[in-house]
Amino acid sequence: MAAIKTTDLVKRYAEVTAVNGVSLEIPEGEVFGLLGPNGAGKTTLISMLATLVRPTSGTALVAGRDINTEPLEVRRHIGIVFQEPSVDDLLTARENLYLHSMLYGMPRREINPKIDKMLALVNLSDRGDSFVKTYSGGMRRRLEIARGLIHSPKILFLDEPTLGLDPASRKAVWSHIRELKEAHNTTIILTTHYMEEADSLADRIGIINQGKIIELDTPEALKKKVGQDLVFIRGAVNEAAIKALPFVKSLERDNSRYKISLASSGSNLQALLNAAGTIDEVEVRRVTLDDVFLKFAGQQISEDAEEDAEEHAEGIFERIAVNKSTRR
Amino acid sequence: MINLNAVYALLLREAKIFFREKERIISILVSPLLFLFVMGKGMATGHSPVEGYTYQQFIFPGIMAMVILFTSITYGLYIIWDKRLDFLKEVLAAPISRATLFLGKALGGMLGAIIETLILLLIGAAFIIPLNFLKVLLCLAAAFPVSFMITSIGLTIGARMKSMEGFGLVMSFLTWPLFFFSGALFDLGTAAPYIKVISLFDPVTYAVDIMRIIMLGRGTFPAWLDLGAIAAFCLATAVMGVAAFGKLQHEK
Repeated sequence: MAAIKTTDLVKRYAEVTAVNGVSLEIPEGEVFGLLGPNGAGKTTLISMLATLVRPTSGTALVAGRDINTEPLEVRRHIGIVFQEPSVDDLLTARENLYLHSMLYGMPRREINPKIDKMLALVNLSDRGDSFVKTYSGGMRRRLEIARGLIHSPKILFLDEPTLGLDPASRKAVWSHIRELKEAHNTTIILTTHYMEEADSLADRIGIINQGKIIELDTPEALKKKVGQDLVFIRGAVNEAAIKALPFVKSLERDNSRYKISLASSGSNLQALLNAAGTIDEVEVRRVTLDDVFLKFAGQQISEDAEEDAEEHAEGIFERIAVNKSTRR
Repeated sequence: MINLNAVYALLLREAKIFFREKERIISILVSPLLFLFVMGKGMATGHSPVEGYTYQQFIFPGIMAMVILFTSITYGLYIIWDKRLDFLKEVLAAPISRATLFLGKALGGMLGAIIETLILLLIGAAFIIPLNFLKVLLCLAAAFPVSFMITSIGLTIGARMKSMEGFGLVMSFLTWPLFFFSGALFDLGTAAPYIKVISLFDPVTYAVDIMRIIMLGRGTFPAWLDLGAIAAFCLATAVMGVAAFGKLQHEK
């Protein structure tokens, strides 16, 4: 059974369509990376799946329950780590976890042993009785992950789980995520801005842009679509000759610098350089997920200023929409 | 519909925070104590409309209602802090109904109000008015529905407010008028007609009156009318509160 199956999900706000017909299926135990530029609809999509926002149309089954008709049942089976902090500063870590466990209906005698276990998992055992207001950003994040997991959800949503963390904390969060997948077969939906993160964690990646999933595949397959290697050449390059080579996937020019994507470098590199003409400088590297992202969602990023303005507007519309729409 | 375990958990959180912020417990008592000991004692010529009692003793039940009013409204508005403290985000995503969340918060507010009531009752019994155990018990029992209806009003407004800036407005335009029109400081029976009319729509009027009946043995209305009005206000404010909580949504 699929952990998540969405059917033509749409969320429209007053002037923005945040999610525009998303249909996807995520099998149990998969780590699914959701990538996209700011304002592409990542958070809105996740919010709908977590029943925090009601879709304008379309539906989804999450853990086998319908998000429109059984929201409380859906909630019981999922865990969420929000983009913004959401632990209670006025309580200790232990009290935060206790409150959460009670809200999620865990049997009372199971709660305390589980809290100990979760605190140990995120390396907070010695600080469990400290007030959260004394915590650093990384510790809060780890506590939030512990909280998202304590009720053993089948599906975990992580919205930018490592945003604003230092590299060491980020690595720690990554290893927790891997552990979860391996030890508990938890399905994980992850949004992130860090391509490296998506590449190392996700089994499959969906790139979302303007509310639509535009690419969906494994990180390897996505990279293959761009090519295996990238060659950057500066010099008086013979464009036509390069384009004629069978192993060249694309050629882009940026002033005097050429970006050439190859199916694979290996022996082809020599042929490429021979055909290129006069060369001042050469750089060769593997295709990364950054390149994939730039290729598929790139136009969006180059219009960054406009994008920011739009996103700001979207925020306001959302707030207005929030006031107007009613939920239980 | 109502998840009692979750209600208990929410109440536990409110109780912990209430006892950790002791300054709040004290600061809420300041205005009522000023009324009680400065105005109550300072107006030496002020006579009590109820025979056999001093003016200070006469306003004591009204000050009792004032303490409940201030504690409950302030608590209700504090839900704005919850929004800022991110606590709300977590509970809005939890598998509990909004009625459960509302009840947990309302009980939290009632707890605070009952504790403040008890403190004031002890002060009153020691310095102002002879109270026996039964009267104390009856006052506390009356404080339950009264604090529920006022906490509900506070939560309803708090749920709709965006920032703490509205706090002062609510105090000026709601809390103080509710207090003054309730007849806490004077006898409604002999008040100007417009005050009488407005007071009928003020839930605090009935709270003051029932406290007066318990402590002084005489009020403006019969006890059944007070209790009936309080019950009706409880019901109405709870409906409003649950509706307002239903509209609370996740903000990005």
